[in-house]
Amino acid sequence: MASSGHGSGRQEAADRRLRLIAGHLHPRIAASECKAEAAESDPVRAKTVPKRRQEVMKWNGWGYSDSRFLFNKKGQAEFTGRRYRLGGLIFPSLKDWFESTFGANLQHKSPPTAALNSSAITPPNLNEPFLQDLKSMGIPHSLEAEDRVFRAHGHCLHEIFALREGRFGRLPDMVVWPNCHDDVVKIVELACQHNACLIPYGGGTSVSSALECPPDEMRSIVSLDTSQMNHILWIDEKNLTAHVEAGIVGQELERLLNESGFCTGHEPDSMEFSTLGGWVATRASGMKKNIYGNIEDLVVHIKMVTPRGVVEKSCQVPRMSTGPDIHHFIMGSEGTLGVVTEVTLKIRPLPEYQKYGSVVFPNFEQGVACLREVAKQRCAPASIRLMDNAQFQFGHALKPQVSSIFTSFLDGLKKFYITKFKGFDTHRLCVATLLFEGDREKVLQHEKQVYDIAAKFGGLAAGEDNGQRGYMLTFVIAYLRDLGMDYYVIGESFETSVPWDRVLDLCRNVKERITRECKERGVQFPPMSTCRVTQTYDAGACVYFYFAFNYRGLADPVHVYEQVEHAAREEILANGGSLSHHHGAPKPMSDTCETTNQIAAYIQSHGLLRPRFLHLVVHDGVVDAKATEDDERLCRKRR
Amino acid sequence: MLSRREDFRDILEERRTSSDLSHALKSFTRVSSRASPPCSVSTLNKTVLESQHLHYIMQEVSKDTGEPLEAIREEAAGILEEMSQNLQLGYIRFLGFILSKVFKRLFRKINVNEEGLQRLQQAMQESPVVLMPNHRSYVDFLVLSYLLFTYDLSIPVIAAGIPLMGMQLIGEILRRSGAFFIRRSIGTDKLYWAVLSEYVKTILRKDFAPVEFYVEGLRSRTLKSLPPKLGMMHMVLEPFFKGEVYDISLVPISISYDRVVEESLLAYEILGVPKPKETTMGLLKARKVMDEDYGNMHVCFGHPLSVRDLAKGKVNRKQYNLIPRDLPMKPSESIHAFANTTAHLVLRLQQDNMVLSPWSLMATILMQNLGGINLKLLTKQTVWLKWLVLDFGALVDWPVQVADSEVMSSGLSLHHSVVRCEGDQVLLAEQKPQRGAAPEEAVFRRAVAVLMCASYRNQALHVLASPAMLSVALSLAAASSRADIYNLYAFLREMFYNEFIFIPDRTGQDFEEACSLLQKCGTVQIINQNIMVTDKGLSVTSFLTAAVEPFIDAYQVIFRYICSRSVQEFTEKQFISGIRTFTLNLILTGEVKSYDVLSSETQKNALASLVRLNALTKKKREEQTYFSPNKAAIGRTADILGKKNSKIMCRLGRNSSCCVTEAPVMPVEQDSPAPITFIS
Repeated sequence: MASSGHGSGRQEAADRRLRLIAGHLHPRIAASECKAEAAESDPVRAKTVPKRRQEVMKWNGWGYSDSRFLFNKKGQAEFTGRRYRLGGLIFPSLKDWFESTFGANLQHKSPPTAALNSSAITPPNLNEPFLQDLKSMGIPHSLEAEDRVFRAHGHCLHEIFALREGRFGRLPDMVVWPNCHDDVVKIVELACQHNACLIPYGGGTSVSSALECPPDEMRSIVSLDTSQMNHILWIDEKNLTAHVEAGIVGQELERLLNESGFCTGHEPDSMEFSTLGGWVATRASGMKKNIYGNIEDLVVHIKMVTPRGVVEKSCQVPRMSTGPDIHHFIMGSEGTLGVVTEVTLKIRPLPEYQKYGSVVFPNFEQGVACLREVAKQRCAPASIRLMDNAQFQFGHALKPQVSSIFTSFLDGLKKFYITKFKGFDTHRLCVATLLFEGDREKVLQHEKQVYDIAAKFGGLAAGEDNGQRGYMLTFVIAYLRDLGMDYYVIGESFETSVPWDRVLDLCRNVKERITRECKERGVQFPPMSTCRVTQTYDAGACVYFYFAFNYRGLADPVHVYEQVEHAAREEILANGGSLSHHHGAPKPMSDTCETTNQIAAYIQSHGLLRPRFLHLVVHDGVVDAKATEDDERLCRKRR
Repeated sequence: MLSRREDFRDILEERRTSSDLSHALKSFTRVSSRASPPCSVSTLNKTVLESQHLHYIMQEVSKDTGEPLEAIREEAAGILEEMSQNLQLGYIRFLGFILSKVFKRLFRKINVNEEGLQRLQQAMQESPVVLMPNHRSYVDFLVLSYLLFTYDLSIPVIAAGIPLMGMQLIGEILRRSGAFFIRRSIGTDKLYWAVLSEYVKTILRKDFAPVEFYVEGLRSRTLKSLPPKLGMMHMVLEPFFKGEVYDISLVPISISYDRVVEESLLAYEILGVPKPKETTMGLLKARKVMDEDYGNMHVCFGHPLSVRDLAKGKVNRKQYNLIPRDLPMKPSESIHAFANTTAHLVLRLQQDNMVLSPWSLMATILMQNLGGINLKLLTKQTVWLKWLVLDFGALVDWPVQVADSEVMSSGLSLHHSVVRCEGDQVLLAEQKPQRGAAPEEAVFRRAVAVLMCASYRNQALHVLASPAMLSVALSLAAASSRADIYNLYAFLREMFYNEFIFIPDRTGQDFEEACSLLQKCGTVQIINQNIMVTDKGLSVTSFLTAAVEPFIDAYQVIFRYICSRSVQEFTEKQFISGIRTFTLNLILTGEVKSYDVLSSETQKNALASLVRLNALTKKKREEQTYFSPNKAAIGRTADILGKKNSKIMCRLGRNSSCCVTEAPVMPVEQDSPAPITFIS
């Protein structure tokens, strides 16, 4: 997979990125144009996510409508569509893995309800004055059931499960599509004026229930869809920054910057669908943070519209020492404080060279020790991830059919070398996947350094192919979940941040807890309970868990799932981990974490410290337009 | 609680019919919770020495003492070398062969509950296991390893006192059979503590082998449970709290003897004659004990306790998140309370699964008739007591299809060292003092005989303790109101907390249980918040009261003694020698009839109780502990207890402990052996 040559390297890297992500959506021009005031030149326009997202994306599952896993008539797994490299490929070992891991059976299907039945949906609770004023401003909106359903959920298991069963909770009453920052200002003002409730909606990939409408909300709920705000307003080549509208989708942002020879390097696993504003609102983390940093390192400037006005800094500087950084108040607020409309981000020239790699370790302990050493020497590649044995098996099951006898012969030889010659136990070994980026010479040097460290911990280089497939897994996992749900298997991922010395214990205990809790709650077959270390830091690591099980015979599988996940999170906390590293605070556990919101409300309620410039008011996951009048009452409630 | 129906199986039966050699050489595969292969002893020791925790402590010690780190490290290595076990299957086989021979000679049967072993096997597959047997005899030490070997379960490593190591050859054999040796008084030796705790924790973390230790800290000379020592308890719990293992199973194990091999030494030790030093020669000399018959032994493996389950809602493990886990951390109050409660719970479960012999029931009756009792009456009362303790939920090894009289005579003959029969009368077997010996000598001999018998009574005492406390409370209470009785019960429970081992913070529950036990056997009626003894029940309550009366009397003497002294403070040593002289005089004058007061165990328990009740203040100065009494408080306590005697007597019109006292003061050795203390 390594590209070669100095000149063509950049172009090839860009192409590769495109292939990897491969999102080709219908271009659509927004109804009304809105000149961004900051932009002198014509802003660079991204391919717009259509207003009617359901035309290209699933309304009750992950991703594009044409891309999905299925078991074909021969019982072989295949991936449909042409968007991904995997499109049209057959995965011969997935079925066996699926059946043996979950005790599932292809005869036992649990298909979703076929189509969205609009008549089953409660009509919107409209705020007429708001609607009238909105119409007079010419801001596009929709009251259609399908649009409302699409924006009533994120991608938590319970949300998707309910959709598949055709159950809908409280929905937004209408959807609005602002075209620019000023539109958002107007909408927020209107909402304040007419006492409506706003929920900002970006990519809809939330897994923290932040998009769920409060069922007891009596006011009209307006979903503010940022998808039409997707321009790169300007690129500053001298300071290497770009000013971008917050509704831009990750893959489009990268594609457009790549065209100008730049990148942000921010690649969360959801980047095909998640938006810049969403990243800021959830404190996102990208796979290549070792080179580019997490969102908090990338952001230079944020513009946010709140019920009390617009929040922004007066300059675009690398660092300030004028009180607490307001950015850190915004990042992670998950839409509770306002709507992020524009962001200035650091950009980097496109890397010349990119190379995947992988290392096999005899066991997880050795692998973690190696990652720790890599972090200690501060020589982590752009990405380094360590999969445990179960995930290694999982990744293996996703190996596409090999066409040539020669490749399969080579595979056999490799396996023989690792298990027989080197004495690795196939039930204990684990794999680290690597991604190097930079100029060619440095990459090769870097690669050697990392492989040398790995060798000290018994690691054997296992090729680029394994590495790349490892990353593929993270992009298709959400599609795989949909496949599982067709056959009585439900699952989800969650993640944590943990100090180095507790990584091993936390991984073992959490996996064990999941297995035992499932058993206690009557899950018939042992669950899949697996983890990987996905990020390394000086003081600790990020660990990502997949947890899935076969729910046949359970009356309320989602409830069981939630109980087990709750127990797993409890275990994480008891083992010194955090509730989240980048997904955001899970709703049911929010009580246990002191969010900024609570601190803000607490401080305000005592009247000790009144923010001098801003008066921030918060409400669970919702910008609360009414609260300006009675924030004291709200604060009391919070306490 | 164990299901009362569990079957015991005699493992010696098979040994008597098949070859001991092939038993010793049988194939053996160990089960473990870990997927990885077990590490070697040397890797284990290396891990301990290289641990971050030990490193911190060594640095600290080096800073404190000014000695170079290298020297400290060597010292630590030395400590570890002295301590560490060197478990080798070959030695287990060798020992297995010898033990087969020895056990067959000593015991008629070794009965084991096989269901318990199956549960143990299950537990071993799931998490590291801590075996927590009671400790009544040196035999305990090896019998578990022998059993686990026989049943193909992992051989444990065992915490042992260092004197055992001193035995030539034997020490080394024990070490290779899995014993690791702990110094007796560690005190404040930081480095030693660090090595020991790291050693124990590493064994658990690696699931190297099950860890076996005696939560009572040492062999109980009284055959009663001793208050738990928490040092080791903390060590085995911590790996769970810190998340280093998913869970830990604590397995209470109850070992009951019909007759304890070292019975003759017990009374002497209790009376303050130091126990003989453990030597190989001593062991060889002691081989004449091999000629005696020690009846049956019962080993009952209780239900494994999951520490995770026990800690649920009681311990917040997040408290360990804010300090690097390798740094030594003083246990928080909640952790301490948890360790304490857990240790007490294990003791309680050990007690629950003890198998009572007919003899210990006889001894209980004999203790109330120290002047001698007619055999027929003894039989009648023993059988009556059997039904009572069965009602109370005890396990009794009473042979079925054998006449009661035969059970009695078998028990009496097995214990010819304690009792003798003169015609129809059953009397304590007492060595007659030589002519011309001081009168103290006679008291001493009498005390030896009584306390030996008392030890066997003590084997059954835990079944009676709580209902007995309730009976005493009923007799002390001015009215029959439940609240009054509860208060008195709670007071008595506090008073005899160390004597009878109650689980902390469970007064209410224990009270309810005691009430329902007495109600079930028709002893009390509970009507409208009043608890009343029924006419029929009077015999039960008076019996129960009499069973614990020696202790009440003993405490009264001790209170009197402390109040009579003019000094402001005293050390434990001064107290023990003082109380002895004081008591001897009282016994000689016939004023006191309880011999339990001569027991150094009772004396120490009483002191501890007074400290608990804030009637004594404990101070530490210059490595010495001083007690200063609050006489008023002690006086009040004595008054509450004192009301009893008069009342009981007027109600029952009989003096239940009629013992003969004839001779005055005896000379007694003062230093009793220092116990292993795990908590400094």
